[in-house]
Amino acid sequence: MASASPDRPSIVAVALDGAGWHPAAWREPAARPEALTDPAYWVDLARRAEAGVVDLVTFEDSFGLPTGPYDDPAGERTDRVRVRLDAELVAARVAPATRHVGLVPVVTTTHTEPFHVSKALATLDHTSRGRAGWQVRVSAFAADAALTGRREVPEVAFEDFLAVRGAEHVADLFDEGAAVVDTVRALWDSWEDGAEIRDAATRRFIDRDKVHRVEVETPWFSVRGPAITPRPPQGQPVVTLLAHAAVPYELAARAGDVVFVTPADDAGAATVLADVRAAEARVGRTGEPLRVVADLAVVLDAAGEPGAVRLARLDARDGGPWTTDARVVAGSAAAAAGVVETLIRAGYDGVRLRPAVLPDDLDAITADLLPELRRRGLARSAYDAGTLRGLLHLPADVPNRFAAA
Amino acid sequence: MSIPEHKPRKQIILGAHLGGVNHHTLWHLPESGSQIDFSSFEHTARTAERGKFDFFFLAEGLALRERDGEVFDQDVVGRPDTFTVLASLAAVTDHLGLAGTISSTFNEPYELARQLASLDHLSGGRAAWNVVTSFDAFTGANFRRGGYLDRSQRYERAAETLAAVRELWDAWADDDLVIDKEAGVFARPGAGSFRHQGPQFDVSGRFGVPRPPQGHPVILQAGVSPQGRDFAAAGSDAIFSPYGRFDEAREYYVDVKARAARLGRNPDHLKILPSASFVLGDTEAEARERAHWVREEQVTGRTAQILLEQIWNRDLSGYDPDGPLPDVEPLVDAPPFIAGRALIHADRPATVARLRARAEAEGLSLRQIAIEEFTRGGFVGTPTQVADALDRFVQDDGSDGFVLGSHLVPTGLDAFVDSVVPLLQERGSLRAEYTGSTLRDNLGLPAPLRPARSPREATPAGV
Repeated sequence: MASASPDRPSIVAVALDGAGWHPAAWREPAARPEALTDPAYWVDLARRAEAGVVDLVTFEDSFGLPTGPYDDPAGERTDRVRVRLDAELVAARVAPATRHVGLVPVVTTTHTEPFHVSKALATLDHTSRGRAGWQVRVSAFAADAALTGRREVPEVAFEDFLAVRGAEHVADLFDEGAAVVDTVRALWDSWEDGAEIRDAATRRFIDRDKVHRVEVETPWFSVRGPAITPRPPQGQPVVTLLAHAAVPYELAARAGDVVFVTPADDAGAATVLADVRAAEARVGRTGEPLRVVADLAVVLDAAGEPGAVRLARLDARDGGPWTTDARVVAGSAAAAAGVVETLIRAGYDGVRLRPAVLPDDLDAITADLLPELRRRGLARSAYDAGTLRGLLHLPADVPNRFAAA
Repeated sequence: MSIPEHKPRKQIILGAHLGGVNHHTLWHLPESGSQIDFSSFEHTARTAERGKFDFFFLAEGLALRERDGEVFDQDVVGRPDTFTVLASLAAVTDHLGLAGTISSTFNEPYELARQLASLDHLSGGRAAWNVVTSFDAFTGANFRRGGYLDRSQRYERAAETLAAVRELWDAWADDDLVIDKEAGVFARPGAGSFRHQGPQFDVSGRFGVPRPPQGHPVILQAGVSPQGRDFAAAGSDAIFSPYGRFDEAREYYVDVKARAARLGRNPDHLKILPSASFVLGDTEAEARERAHWVREEQVTGRTAQILLEQIWNRDLSGYDPDGPLPDVEPLVDAPPFIAGRALIHADRPATVARLRARAEAEGLSLRQIAIEEFTRGGFVGTPTQVADALDRFVQDDGSDGFVLGSHLVPTGLDAFVDSVVPLLQERGSLRAEYTGSTLRDNLGLPAPLRPARSPREATPAGV
């Protein structure tokens, strides 16, 4: 089993969503539900994460309305957050207001245009000066399809969607997602490094031999290319995916740099990791192995109120126990650090923490949990790279599929 | 055109256009900067805000231009994603409007409404959308839904897109957002519900973005044909006019404002903004010399051939730029020789005939014709002369302001802001400080009212 070494700290990411991941988070005293559309709110959260030397923050998004997929799929409850801005634009707004932290918005592949997705993320990489990533998301919901009215989608239960079982169209959506990721990556490569030559003597702005059509033809779409946006600073921004089953593990193994997974406990952690490595082998992944990052929902001790008590209070307010796909860790920073350490020692590359309440649990992460992880040699104490790829120890020199060998 | 005594002095509206993918940008000069680094956008936007401009403007083109099947390499190539740059610029400016061109053809109304509403929230009410239509199959080849739009439907689809987007912006009533922590009510039942059914779109569901700070982001359009003028007069807050000469501009201004009035709108709530360039000098002679040099630099012999290839629609590389216009006829029915540019010469034979007549009458070479036809004279002179000319143009109803571009990125606006802006402020024609908090406020546009809640919306929970 691998263990963290001092020269390569584990990945610590923070997932930002609304007022926090617990459905009752917005009702907490320090929560600012009225500010969810206020840019200052998002800048403040990202800066708190950056002050804590977090590697990256993800910005949660969905193609349609935020709903509770397990217990409120239609969004009928009036006691839940129903507001969400476009995550890619939130990340873009945050970019100039931060300097180091990676910025990874969720962007959906199903109803969107691969060409737009590619140039948006390439541009985020330009405006963040090399800190952009992408959390790929597939949408299987009929309600999402009705928003554009361009395709018929049968209803599918959320559990069946996560497990990719039952409905053939769900597997097809992941195949389409894989094609979208590949197309987006091809468009990022469609301008080689050094394509812009600015040769005043011949008045040639680019070397057109270094700008390529992508000529993508798939059952779902075709894209001619090249991109309109020059190659992003990182070459290839970081591609991530939240995955719960073999099919999305394979998508991550084919196309991703980082996979977020949701082991339910220590025993499950070994199984999930083995499943991801098996998926890598099945698709014949070469080069850098996937960074496997475990998602943990955290409800940490607060002054005068232990995490378990906070969770019970939040659950009572919401009218029942919190149902979520990730393991919920309620307790002290030391206890949470123990869970993280066990995952790292089991071979995980890091964790993505989902704060139950914002900003409370984010502050507890930076004030209590991260220092504890640092004491154990499991988290960075300073930013030592200028790009997100660098922070994740991914090679800076990214091969370009169009470059002459 | 004399100004009636009682007429109040108009405030000049100014937009700053970051030059880009065309021959106007002199990218080969040593002082020219990056066309893609965020620092260039930031410098231009901050300079515009320092000059109390109303907005920054970014154009869009969704396919790299090609000549005879090869990517064009002579002009600036490459652009960013409009929405993303504008959202990032919101972080480095406080008052400046953030305007961008976004195609209504290759985006769904739901996505457009969500992104524009998000941008409006993220900028505190400073978003503006220049609505354009695309219909060429060349650009469509980059998109899932490429090419399905019949050209005759371009305004129908654009109009329905705009209508659907506005319905989505209005999906939330102000009191739909409750946010009562104690009672546990975040939103009213069914908040954000919408349904739009029309010939182009049948969409329904719930919209997750509360009404934008401006109510609706500012809508910009361009319209030249009678149909385009009516469309713009009916549906937009401001119109980009192609007319830079005063007599043409004034005719357009009067015509479009009259159309707006006939449609029941207050003509003052429809702003007319031609694009304009400027060249400054310490003396008039120096400015004229510099302007002449800029135009010569913009149109090399090679560029002249390419510009005329857009009209002739065929290879003109064998024709001497310093010789006469090509003696061959334009290819009317051939596929576009230059792809990815807006078609500005619909009637090729008529355009060629006009150019030949002009070349003969004025004794102009191929390149000289290209310079005359494809570069802008603009406002040229000392800062005082330029301020005078700009102010007179607006006060005499040639326009309500200008979208200013420069041949130099990103510092082309610096001298204008340093020398011309203070003169316009002294005359009382340009604000000394921003007075409004939103772009609408600064443009003097009213916030659109949300239609009264319909009976369907008033029904309790459920979708």
